Amino acid sequence: MSSTLSESASNLATRMTEMAQNAQELAQQAATIVAEQSHGSSSFFVHGLTVFVLAVFVGYYVVWRVTPALHSPLMAVTNAVSSVIIVGALVAAGPAEFGMSSFLGCFAVLLAAVNIFGGFIVTQRMLQMYKKKGK
Amino acid sequence: MISTLPALAYLVSAICFIMALRGLSSPETAREGNRYGIIGMTVAIITTLMLPSMHTYLPILIAIAIGGSIGTYIALKIQMTALPQLVAGFHSLVGLAAVLVAVAAFMSPETYAIGTHGAIHVGSLVEMSLGVAIGAITFTGSIVAFAKLQGLVSGKPLMFFGQHILNAGLGVAILVLIILLCTTQSTTAFYTIVLISLALGFLLILPIGGADMPVVISMLNSYSGWAACGIGFTLQNPLLIITGALVGSSGAILSYIMCKGMNRSIWNVILGGFGGETSAAGASGTGDKTVKPGSAEDAAFIMKNASSVIIVPGYGMAVAQAQHSLREMADILKHAGVTVRYAIHPVAGRMPGHMNVLLAEANVPYDEVLELEDINRDFSQTDVAFVIGANDVTNPAAKSDPASPIYGMPILDVEKAKTVLFIKRSMASGYAGVENELFYRPNTLMLFGDAKKMCEEVVKAMGD
Repeated sequence: MSSTLSESASNLATRMTEMAQNAQELAQQAATIVAEQSHGSSSFFVHGLTVFVLAVFVGYYVVWRVTPALHSPLMAVTNAVSSVIIVGALVAAGPAEFGMSSFLGCFAVLLAAVNIFGGFIVTQRMLQMYKKKGK
Repeated sequence: MISTLPALAYLVSAICFIMALRGLSSPETAREGNRYGIIGMTVAIITTLMLPSMHTYLPILIAIAIGGSIGTYIALKIQMTALPQLVAGFHSLVGLAAVLVAVAAFMSPETYAIGTHGAIHVGSLVEMSLGVAIGAITFTGSIVAFAKLQGLVSGKPLMFFGQHILNAGLGVAILVLIILLCTTQSTTAFYTIVLISLALGFLLILPIGGADMPVVISMLNSYSGWAACGIGFTLQNPLLIITGALVGSSGAILSYIMCKGMNRSIWNVILGGFGGETSAAGASGTGDKTVKPGSAEDAAFIMKNASSVIIVPGYGMAVAQAQHSLREMADILKHAGVTVRYAIHPVAGRMPGHMNVLLAEANVPYDEVLELEDINRDFSQTDVAFVIGANDVTNPAAKSDPASPIYGMPILDVEKAKTVLFIKRSMASGYAGVENELFYRPNTLMLFGDAKKMCEEVVKAMGD
């Protein structure tokens, strides 16, 4: 009686371990699928490339329309705008755990902030000087 | 990937940036454009701060506060003549920020969901290393440009034997290391890429001479955009990609315009060395020619009796800070019924559009300031061309002497004016090292002296 009980118990135990193994495998598969989907390395690259090429075209046509008299403000404002890299820096600085990469992120935030404030303000200063005749 | 709401906010921000550039098509809409830029940036920052992955705020806010105050202080204090240095300095910051973000992403890829430490996705590694390389080149390249513009190092091109081979070698090394990085995930490879790119930035800009700085600044402007793009691909952030592409193409177009203004190919500029060699061409047989020196009184007399004057300012005017006294002079002339206009060469000054800003600062109305193609035909109907601090951009050798280093460069046809007044400190040749035959023409009067002092003396003489 006790032997059959221990037998079935050990059977159950092996089945349980088998199931656990299966579950682990499944979870791993699911994880890789999710990782692939959420990362979407190849699909984002195509998506990103599309955005990139279209943006280059927009940039090309918009910038050719800028009057040569405003080329200096154009440089200053593109400089300020390229500091949008602060977005990446913020994400690096953001995690709850403050490690080395958060520190680098914070430093990058500081540099980008210098640029953003400096760039937009100096552009504004320049543009305020442009006046028409008789004003 | 970013979820829907932040993605839409980023789109709004990208559109704002496009509107910011669009506004610059005319001085009337430009200020509005700048406001769009500020709105776009604010939206981008707030959206990012509200992402669910953000947990730490205090250090970030402190960083923004410190950086913002430094930036505001610099932007309010800077003199408009020092604008090129300022922009170069700012470019270096973008470059360094790009490097830091890429390094942070390499250290903890989990934050950006691009893999785990030591197992970053290959695509991300490629994008990351390109971003970090361009960022590093922008960083050190801009520092060199800043130092040259600020006069910390000589503006003369610095050449040494095997320079181009070394640079090409470093470029190849970066590519090899990128492949190595992708196959082995080696940390050493990644940091070596950073170091080599930093060195390459120095080496690329050192050989480029001082007057090629308009091209260099535009080029670095472009690089800072492409660096942002690379980081955008790594972090899978469309806003960074769009903005980077806008800035990148803007800088590229400006570089192209500047190169065309000097009739040189971009490669010629990048390979450097221009203006270093003493030119033998054009210097032949100048010994027996004589120049006609004039005084401020002569200049005042000639201009007051003219019916139209075109002023041609160059970098020398900026160096002498003569724009205010120049405008004063122009005001007196206008008061006396003389038509006064300004002609700007595309590469006048040390950055694109630099002269326009300086004249605007001196309260010169922007509709009196004309570009080369708009005013060049009018020189033949003009009584006086008043050249102040410019030289090479007026040299007729660019049209007539195929042996001249500046041959083919578009120039302002000042020689067609009835009288040419040339303010110069000495008879020294211009940046290109070319003798200007214009000095020896019978209708040219040389006014030797500091540009600002000379303008003041002319103003005084006109008053008498």
